[in-house]
Amino acid sequence: MGPIIPLFEISEEINLLIAFLIGIGFGFALEQAGFSSSRKLAGMFYGYDITVLKVFFTAAIVAMLGLLFMNYMGMIDMSIVYVNEYYMASAIIGGVIMGAGFIIGGFCPGTSVCAAAIGKIDAMYFIGGSLIGILIFGQTYPLWEKLYNAQYLGSLKLSDSLGIKDGILGLLVIVAAILMFWLGELAEKRFKREDISKEI
Amino acid sequence: MENKGNKYMNPYLAGLLLGVVLLASFYLTGRGLGASGAMKSVVVSGVDKVSHDYAENSHFYSKYISNDQKPLRSWLVLEVFGVLIGGFISGALSGRLNLKLEKSPKITNRKRIWMAIIGGALFGFGSQLGRGCTSGAALSGMAVMSLAGYVTMMAIFGTAFALAYFFRKNWI
Repeated sequence: MGPIIPLFEISEEINLLIAFLIGIGFGFALEQAGFSSSRKLAGMFYGYDITVLKVFFTAAIVAMLGLLFMNYMGMIDMSIVYVNEYYMASAIIGGVIMGAGFIIGGFCPGTSVCAAAIGKIDAMYFIGGSLIGILIFGQTYPLWEKLYNAQYLGSLKLSDSLGIKDGILGLLVIVAAILMFWLGELAEKRFKREDISKEI
Repeated sequence: MENKGNKYMNPYLAGLLLGVVLLASFYLTGRGLGASGAMKSVVVSGVDKVSHDYAENSHFYSKYISNDQKPLRSWLVLEVFGVLIGGFISGALSGRLNLKLEKSPKITNRKRIWMAIIGGALFGFGSQLGRGCTSGAALSGMAVMSLAGYVTMMAIFGTAFALAYFFRKNWI
């Protein structure tokens, strides 16, 4: 029965070792996907390379279906699996600021670490910038504290907010993803950039 | 696709691999993956080193250092250290290790560097306000079907699409 670490009293050393091993898998998968290249990531927003869409949605669906299946088989206690808490205002505004950071900087935090690992200099500056941005948030926190804690709706699930079963939502997400993959593949042909794809 | 020596994995296969890693994280720890949280730990730890009293009195930093917590000895920091190693192993196996500043030929190196710093700062700031980045909020949040995950994902990608035209010179 999972999740293993919260249910069984696992020592901190083992816990941190598992963190390290999971991180290796995470970094390996990101790099193999090509998330270590800012121009490949940015391709998503110009249509010449939609790898981000394919990898991101495939991963989310695999994990989502895995959790649904494990729950169904009684292999995991979903009541102690963390469901992100929803603070509507800060989730939307934070997301918008992150989106601007993505198109300007070319990375997100995870991909920047993976790209820096293989020597991408732009990624190293991005990490430096991220630390500065977090420091700015920390130093100006009293200005944002109210916004940060506003409109708290708890650990709300999309399926519950739509009033549908988890399995139905899972099916809808898969259908939506297949549609997006199909459109994305068309976009890759339409906005093809041999010159960029050769370089990245 | 001319670069035969350093071809990337099929994206759907890479997505499957990433999904399995994410699922393993949930099964083992009850939580998904993260990245910006580790960067926050670095900042919190730095501020705490400079002035412990200051950090303790701040509503933001104090959350992460109370009860003798050591921000650098945390799950996410070790995980992101693993990302560094895993990325390096993958790059080494696929022949992609080299120092490179990636950008469109239309902009200068200096401009790319400033854009990376500014973009990073925005992402870092936004990830704190939004309680997690593409990994912890969007990807992991979507896997557990959280509304927050879907909203954050749509806000990130929607904004990047909406602004793409204005920053096209940087990339294409």
